[in-house]
Amino acid sequence: MLLEIDDVSLLYGRIQALHGISLTVDEGEIVALIGANGAGKSTTMRAISGIRPVASGRIRFNGEDITKLRADLRVRRGLCQAPEGRGIFPGMTVLENLDMGAYTRRDRAGVAQDLNRVMELFPRLAERRKQAGGTLSGGEQQMLAVGRALMSRPKLLLLDEPSMGLAPMLIQQIFNIITEINEQGTTILLVEQNAQQALARAHRAYVLETGRIVKSGTGAELLHDPSVKEAYLGVA
Amino acid sequence: MTTTVKPPNPEQREAVMDRLRHGREAVAQRWRDAPRWVRWAVLAAVIVFFYALPNKEFYQYLGPIPTPGANFTQVMFTVSIYVLMAVGLNIVVGFAGLLDLGYFGFFAVGAYTVAVLTSPSSNIKTLWPWLLVVPVAIALTMVSGVMLGTPTLRLRGDYLALVTLGFAEMIRIAAVSSDFLKGQRGFNQIPHPPGKYTDGKPIFGVLDARPYYWLVLTLIIVVVIGVRNLTHSRVGRAWISIREDEDAAQLMGVPTFKFKLWAFASGAAIAGLAGALFAGKQNFVNSQNFELLNSIIILAAVIFGGSGNIVGAIVGGGLVAYMIERFRGIELFGLELYEYRFLFFGLVLVGMMIFRPQGLIPNRRRAAEFKDRRKEVIVGE
Repeated sequence: MLLEIDDVSLLYGRIQALHGISLTVDEGEIVALIGANGAGKSTTMRAISGIRPVASGRIRFNGEDITKLRADLRVRRGLCQAPEGRGIFPGMTVLENLDMGAYTRRDRAGVAQDLNRVMELFPRLAERRKQAGGTLSGGEQQMLAVGRALMSRPKLLLLDEPSMGLAPMLIQQIFNIITEINEQGTTILLVEQNAQQALARAHRAYVLETGRIVKSGTGAELLHDPSVKEAYLGVA
Repeated sequence: MTTTVKPPNPEQREAVMDRLRHGREAVAQRWRDAPRWVRWAVLAAVIVFFYALPNKEFYQYLGPIPTPGANFTQVMFTVSIYVLMAVGLNIVVGFAGLLDLGYFGFFAVGAYTVAVLTSPSSNIKTLWPWLLVVPVAIALTMVSGVMLGTPTLRLRGDYLALVTLGFAEMIRIAAVSSDFLKGQRGFNQIPHPPGKYTDGKPIFGVLDARPYYWLVLTLIIVVVIGVRNLTHSRVGRAWISIREDEDAAQLMGVPTFKFKLWAFASGAAIAGLAGALFAGKQNFVNSQNFELLNSIIILAAVIFGGSGNIVGAIVGGGLVAYMIERFRGIELFGLELYEYRFLFFGLVLVGMMIFRPQGLIPNRRRAAEFKDRRKEVIVGE
């Protein structure tokens, strides 16, 4: 197992956001976490990346217990998150943003190689390399966030709502890229409201409701599960 | 009869603002396009100008620039201290984005360290020479910065502003009321920096402020070179990323707490140096030197000049300190303008915040961040 989350609970002040969540991600997989607004998807991501401390439970990454490890050290272990929405650096140019993604790395040759790869994956970013991140469109910012996370060459890439606020065509495109990244060897844990796409692309998936995992299975299983269909896919 | 005041047509106003912006950008563009040697020559000329400035033979030809109500050389020394502090505070506020409302507290720590360890009126009577105490003063201010920062920089938001505000007041009150720090009576006979002319007279005397000014100016140049190198390194990139989005910075593997603490401590060290220089020149330090208002002025100066930009901080610190002194000795309709200096200062600041919130000479990134935030506000409406 690359990532193992065991019975993790998390509090925002006195409000309990996660009630004993357990999930696993195996090497090479795309795992999706779907659920409605406020179900705790992003909170789960924050717990994994270390931005929020957990109240109880264990998180193991690559065989190591990282429950209490600082967020920046988790990045050095190979766990990198593309934050939701506007999580890019608005004042830095596209190139500077991507450069920040490689902040923990010292191998210049490898970084240059990954930069080329990101530019190939996202030609739009290549066109706008000198432009300030804040001036990009929503979709471009999303791509920048994903590209920047890739620059750390993570073992496990955490994607928080990569399709949020995008036009249908762009959604297709970003999911194609996600599949491509996975095929190139990066394990992906994906949080999505767009359950249709996420389930179609994921090897396995978990359904989150009010801070608890209520269902899990392969992407195809959940895609054809009647209750999932009703609640998340908008078909009765 | 009532007259309705027409609100300025927003389009017209935008047009005027646009033209101003274009004008400035054209100047900035020309500066960037200028060949390297031109830029170096201009820089050298500016530096020579400021070294020459406190000489009477030079400034008497400068028309309204010398201050009528105060010794211009003394004023220039004060201005230089403010500029040094603005450069230091710019690291904290401008680069790392940490709101420090009590920056003058560190200045006080530096000045009092020198006073306590050198003055014969101090209780401990160590009577060290000035030069020996300067590194001690810088080290102590850094330690106090780390002590203050360690608990507070882990928190987000406005805690730091409040704690630093409290810190500056604590230092001031300790200075007023503790017997060890001598309150209003203060410390006298603080030694000057060392050095003698060939005829045996000390370089750093009581009457002539010029050597002190030159010393501070030289140190400003050294500090600016250091800060510039720092901001172009990984450290600088880490600071900027923290300022722009702390969560995202951490998600990229930046140890945010460590770098915030570094910014805070290096800013403090520069204020400590300024305090030590001040004490060495003044010869006398008492509790009246450290009013809270000074912290506010220095912060306003950084924001006024353009926080996040070293040149902006220098211009802001210099202009603000100079303008305040410039009001001295001017009478208008029987009113002594100096008494109203902070009224003008406030008006200028309010105007700035409306028309140019990013400061006189903003940082390129900072300007983009402002635009980004404005967009967010519009979306939120």
